[in-house]
Amino acid sequence: MNAQTPLVELKNMSIAFGGVHAVDDVSVDLYPGEVVGLLGHNGAGKSTLIKMLSGAYVGDGGEIRVNGERAEIKNPRDARSYNIETIYQTLALADNLDAASNLFLGRELLTAFGTVDDDAMEAETRKIMARLNPNFRKFAEPVSALSGGQRQSVAIARAVYFNARILIMDEPTAALGPQETQMVSELIKQLKAEGIGIFLISHDVHDVMDLCDRASVMKNGKLVDTVNIADVTDDELLSMIILGKRPGETRVEA
Amino acid sequence: MQVSKQTFFGKLGLDTRLLGMIGALVVLWVMFDLITGGRFLTPRNLFNLSVQTASVAVMATGMVFVIVTRHIDLSVGSMLGFIGMTVAALQVHVLPDVFGLGHGAIWIVAALVAVLMGACIGAFQGWIIGYLTVPAFIVTLGGFLVYRGAMWWVTHGQTVAPLDPSFRLLGGGADGTLGETLSWGFGVFASVVAVVMMLMSRRRKAKHGFAMKPVWAEGILMVLVVGLVIGFVWVMNSYKIAKGALPRIAEARGVEMVDGLQLFHGVAIPVIILLLVTVVMTIISTRTRFGRYVYATGGNPEAAELSGINTRLLTVKIFALMGALTGISAVIASARLGAVDVGLGTLDELRVIAAAVIGGTALSGGFGTIYGAVIGALIMQSLQSGMASVGVDAPLQSIVVGIVLVFAVWIDIVYRRKTGA
Ligand SMILES: Nc1ncnc2c1ncn2[C@@H]1O[C@H](COP(=O)(O)OP(=O)(O)OP(=O)(O)O)[C@@H](O)[C@H]1O
Ligand SMILES: [Mg+2]
Repeated sequence: MNAQTPLVELKNMSIAFGGVHAVDDVSVDLYPGEVVGLLGHNGAGKSTLIKMLSGAYVGDGGEIRVNGERAEIKNPRDARSYNIETIYQTLALADNLDAASNLFLGRELLTAFGTVDDDAMEAETRKIMARLNPNFRKFAEPVSALSGGQRQSVAIARAVYFNARILIMDEPTAALGPQETQMVSELIKQLKAEGIGIFLISHDVHDVMDLCDRASVMKNGKLVDTVNIADVTDDELLSMIILGKRPGETRVEA
Repeated sequence: MQVSKQTFFGKLGLDTRLLGMIGALVVLWVMFDLITGGRFLTPRNLFNLSVQTASVAVMATGMVFVIVTRHIDLSVGSMLGFIGMTVAALQVHVLPDVFGLGHGAIWIVAALVAVLMGACIGAFQGWIIGYLTVPAFIVTLGGFLVYRGAMWWVTHGQTVAPLDPSFRLLGGGADGTLGETLSWGFGVFASVVAVVMMLMSRRRKAKHGFAMKPVWAEGILMVLVVGLVIGFVWVMNSYKIAKGALPRIAEARGVEMVDGLQLFHGVAIPVIILLLVTVVMTIISTRTRFGRYVYATGGNPEAAELSGINTRLLTVKIFALMGALTGISAVIASARLGAVDVGLGTLDELRVIAAAVIGGTALSGGFGTIYGAVIGALIMQSLQSGMASVGVDAPLQSIVVGIVLVFAVWIDIVYRRKTGA
């Protein structure tokens, strides 16, 4: 795409759970201001791949480079120190806490006395939610009382709030209504314009065609190929996902 | 709390659970008072109740954190016994040789050793649980046996007595109180602090433009809190010192012993300790990062981990805190009895867990309050003392306490389902 150093390079990443090679020798990269789609059937290994970047898993093999330099990411704290923020497929919210506590979990705002400043955190949460999901009202309730989409909004707000440079979104709109999905699409475009690199995992080929610059397709833990969105059609992308064939290797069957 | 249909109590900001527990307590007290013909709600009995509750309640505040993070600590009773015995032996057999008999440093050293010992033992258990991932149930079950055995070893089963006189003040009793004047001073101080905190919280909310309680609701709350504190001090200050102890207490307080002199107890020192612990633990649980992480980890351990919280180290800290509180309780319990035998702390782990659970701490993790655990301990102790004063024999007491425990948790589950919390 361009000649800069990539923001992130995942090189020959592998990880196995028991005998299952969830991710097997996969390499992908991401440039500033770029959105790279990660596609593949259920269980292809997409979430597992990005969890090695977010520090949730430590890979069995492979190398992570951030800004061209080798990065040691052994836990989520390390990932955060590289400004990598993640929206997990499972959302990773503490159900018993309210939206503000979840948004700032691990990075609480403190008062001058060193105590957590709940009021300041709620005020900040109100600000960012007004941008992401203006209909959101449930600031006092624990997030267990929120709808699936509202919970997802909280998870998105958390990833966006802390000035990520690398954003990982694992099916961020799976539970969202059309209007909220539209807002997330706008958000992705806006963040992209700010020079943030985004890995977007999605099952929606149209979304990917609309938002991404490149797409990497996985099947059974292996990388099928990475393609420029401009060079492929919806159908070609679909056949990569379903058949695991690169475009050009076979014609698309109806 | 429902925002849409706010009730009177909702506007006050009191949740139903707190009201329920206070209601249960009031019902128990009134019931026992009626049955005993007015012998239950006397200054004397309430003073004793407050002293008897202190040791278990202090530990129950720590058990809240343990249970909130989906662990359990079965070792606190044995640990209390072990620490109590060690510290007793220390002040009777070792420290007098170092400082001289009756030296003022003895009780300080003994109390510090107790807390430190608890923190270290707790941290070690927490390390096994957090880093070696052995379940807390097993680790503390092991601890339960180990400390009870170790306790025997300290003195080969011999009872240690008498404890240092200053140390014994920490256990309450006629000598171990603040006395009348200091008690009033304490009551006024606590009231002022409470009112100032409520006003400050209100100002913070106003600054951010958040919804606030109506002024009348805030006013009622302040009157309630101040009334409770002052009422408590008043009751404690109404409990007369017995004739026999009068000369001794008069001398200790520097009052001239004259005919017709009347002295009153005032708030017991262990109760002051309990109140301090309650305040500090409440601040930790609601106002510090550590507390926030405790609840987050209890609600969703994976999410906590993914948010960068070191949940293993957190486990070590939680059990260290539990241990330190057990150390404090060991001081209170041994000082109250004035002597330590090998039975000290027996079954306390179950009382502590029951107190936390009756106080609304969910064994499934994520929910529980410090004040709830303290009230839970008070309910348990009221039940036990009440039955004893009514003349219910020991076996039936156990049966009732057991049934009440299960019943209380069932009510709590129903309540949770209804409120969706
Ligand atoms: N913690 C784990 N333990 C064991 N196996 C796992 C674990 N996590 C993932 N797997 C396995 O690894 C494979 C890849 O899973 P992954 O969650 O990465 O798939 P995915 O591409 O994100 O699928 P989906 O589209 O359904 O989210 C699956 O076969 C899954 O069963
Ligand atoms: Mg997935």
